[in-house]
Amino acid sequence: MGQEIKVIVFKLGHEEYGIDVDKVQTIERITPITRVPKTYSFVKGVINLRGVVIPVIDLRGRFGLPEAEYTDQTRVIIVAVEDMEVGFIVDSANDVIDLDTDVIDSPPEVVGGIKAKYLHGVARISEERLLIMLNLSEVLNKSEIIQLEGLEG
Amino acid sequence: MDMNQYLSMFIDESNDHLQALNDNMMQLEDNPEDISIVQVIFRSAHTLKGMAATMGFEDLASLTHQMENVLDLVRNDKLKMQDFIFDTLFKSLDALQSMVQDITEGGEGKADVTSIVDSLQAIVRGEVPGEAKASAPAKAPAASANSSIVLDEFQYSVLEQSIAEGHKVLYVDVVIRDDCQLKAVRAYQVFDLMERNGEVVKSFPSAQDIEQDKFDRSFSLYYITQKEAEELKNLILNISEISEAKVVQLDAETLQQMALPQAEAAAAVEAPPAAPQPEKAEKSSAPAPAKSKGAEAAPKRAGGGTPAPSRTIRVDIERLDVLMNLFSELLIDRVRLEQLAGEIKRSELTETVEHMTRVSGDLQNIVLKLRMVPVDTVFNRFPRMVRDLAKSLDKKIDLIITGAETELDRTVIDEIGDPLVHLLRNAVDHGVETTAERIEAGKPETGTVQLRAFHSGNHVFIEIEDDGKGIDREKVAAKAIKNGVITEEQAQAMTDDEVALLLFAPGFSTAEKISDISGRGVGLDVVKSKIESLSGTVQVTSKLGSGSKFSVQLPLTLSIISAMLIKTGEEKYAIPLSSIVETGMIKRAQIREIHGYKMIPYRDTNIPLLSLAEIFDVPGYDESQEVETEIVVIRKGDRLAALTVEEFVGQNEVVIKNLGKYLPSIQGVAGATILGDGQVALIIDPNAFIK
Repeated sequence: MGQEIKVIVFKLGHEEYGIDVDKVQTIERITPITRVPKTYSFVKGVINLRGVVIPVIDLRGRFGLPEAEYTDQTRVIIVAVEDMEVGFIVDSANDVIDLDTDVIDSPPEVVGGIKAKYLHGVARISEERLLIMLNLSEVLNKSEIIQLEGLEG
Repeated sequence: MDMNQYLSMFIDESNDHLQALNDNMMQLEDNPEDISIVQVIFRSAHTLKGMAATMGFEDLASLTHQMENVLDLVRNDKLKMQDFIFDTLFKSLDALQSMVQDITEGGEGKADVTSIVDSLQAIVRGEVPGEAKASAPAKAPAASANSSIVLDEFQYSVLEQSIAEGHKVLYVDVVIRDDCQLKAVRAYQVFDLMERNGEVVKSFPSAQDIEQDKFDRSFSLYYITQKEAEELKNLILNISEISEAKVVQLDAETLQQMALPQAEAAAAVEAPPAAPQPEKAEKSSAPAPAKSKGAEAAPKRAGGGTPAPSRTIRVDIERLDVLMNLFSELLIDRVRLEQLAGEIKRSELTETVEHMTRVSGDLQNIVLKLRMVPVDTVFNRFPRMVRDLAKSLDKKIDLIITGAETELDRTVIDEIGDPLVHLLRNAVDHGVETTAERIEAGKPETGTVQLRAFHSGNHVFIEIEDDGKGIDREKVAAKAIKNGVITEEQAQAMTDDEVALLLFAPGFSTAEKISDISGRGVGLDVVKSKIESLSGTVQVTSKLGSGSKFSVQLPLTLSIISAMLIKTGEEKYAIPLSSIVETGMIKRAQIREIHGYKMIPYRDTNIPLLSLAEIFDVPGYDESQEVETEIVVIRKGDRLAALTVEEFVGQNEVVIKNLGKYLPSIQGVAGATILGDGQVALIIDPNAFIK
């Protein structure tokens, strides 16, 4: 038996992702976002979270997925990693599950490329349910973003 | 005992004591006969020594100890204060300062101070260059031997407590035989024996000196143990080559007599904290009649740096920041409530909100005041600096400080020191003439430099005024033209003050040597940019032949600023009022294209026109179709530019927030603020728009 961890589950498109609950500060409904000029395209701007100004990034944009309209289900997950507070805009977030670290496998080989870096591993919850565990410090790693922008541009 | 937890307290208190030492030394220099000041200095040094020894900073403790020896002679009328002694003591203070600085930066406070220690010891021995000493030098070693076995407060209280707890406190005197070859070894054996049976609190000479054989044939120590005096004596005598061992058991009374033989030292420990206060008051009022300007200095002394227990607490600045953040949230809610109350229009609600507005207004004042520190904390190092500077330049200068109690935000205080040092140095170095020049000009021999601080509205002014030779317009203008800062025609059109302001131009300071003209100008552009980074301004007024005045205007705080809210497209932005010159309208037809840049006429000149919408890629707004456009004229130093905006929203006090660590620093954005409706608005940094 490995360690039991609590994981926040959220959706981007049809896929389910997981973030260690320790890293998550709160989950908010989408609030008005103030655009910040001259920054990465996936940075949607800043929001006011109870008096603190927090940048929000569209996780779809961050992973190179087509961006979607915000709906009633859209949530902002506020995470804190290495002194940084950032909000992730996700399609929906409505589940917290207990996970045994044993069921987390390394990311499958096939993914490859830059995107594989964001993955901490894949957890098999049931036969038909896979959970993609995010590597938050890589998701928030900025040096790699600059490379990425370079590739796209 | 883990000393680290006491370290910050030690540093704070050491700095307080050093400042007090500095201040009092300066006073003593003015009244060298006043023994009461020496007493105060001695006590400060003594406490400092005790603290340093307790914390294990040996170098610090031993240097203060040497200073004490000198001061001890002075206060006992065995030595007269004179220039050489002052200089040496000031040097010692500098050394102590740098040691404490080293400790602050995580070092061990070690420094090579042998030359200073040598000088101090020479003074104690009576080898003062110049004048002969008041009393026979033979007395000096006796005095120092006498004072060396005196315990500091910490050691004294340890012993006192041990007695109270039923331990035996012994005073041990050991004499080693004349013919002993290795004194240090025997001494070590004694120490070793004693350490196994109890604890040595203090020895004379110090254990270190004994180890290095730096003692005569005898040494003594204070010792805590459970053993009987007689038993211990036998144990010591069992060690070979020990000729004599005297062991006396002490009780509280004998301890006091033995450890604190000097009346003054006893007073320092025993006196209730109230006792030094009357003396302090006496002292601060004493210089007043002596010097007419002393009156201004007096309140400053009474207010700051007093070792007397004050009814204050030290608070970590970070906690205040948290408080500040929480409070700004409250302010935001308040504005929102006001809006809602305005919409809902129920008198009970309106009244409650109005009351809350008043209360939170008062609260805001208090929270802001918590972060306020008197400028005294910066000013207090200046008298010493001016003294040293004047001395090295061989000038006579009085520094008159007024308004040292004026308060400024801590963040501003931390930053303002360096620019002020620069301006003061300038005034002393280049402003005030040499004594000969002054006499020739029919001025009093002693020059005056005034340093004053005062509140005015939401700003604090700090002025540095000298009665020196003033700024020579012609020379400055000539230099500026030569350096390409201005043209000949521009120079003609400028007022005297505008010319004086040229000294702050960046092109000016890079010149090879300025001191040959009126002298001002070296590095002043750095001063100016520093002050501007604090949202302040600096002005110069000068009259040739009768002096110049540098006036620095600073905001009270950096975390709340007045800003103009503007709207462009759907987006709101805040522009700091401090960089706005004016707002206005222009007609599209007035815009000219010059060399590919858009310019508009403004006053007598043309200034660049920038579009905020373009710079920030604001979506959904196109101003090119408008007949008239609102503009904000912004300023960076002397340069102006106009920024087009769609609409003015109004003027507001805004709380500055940063954008968080994730976002890279964005050119043109100084931070963000939260508006009354809960929306975030970016604060524009106009400086970034003007290159």
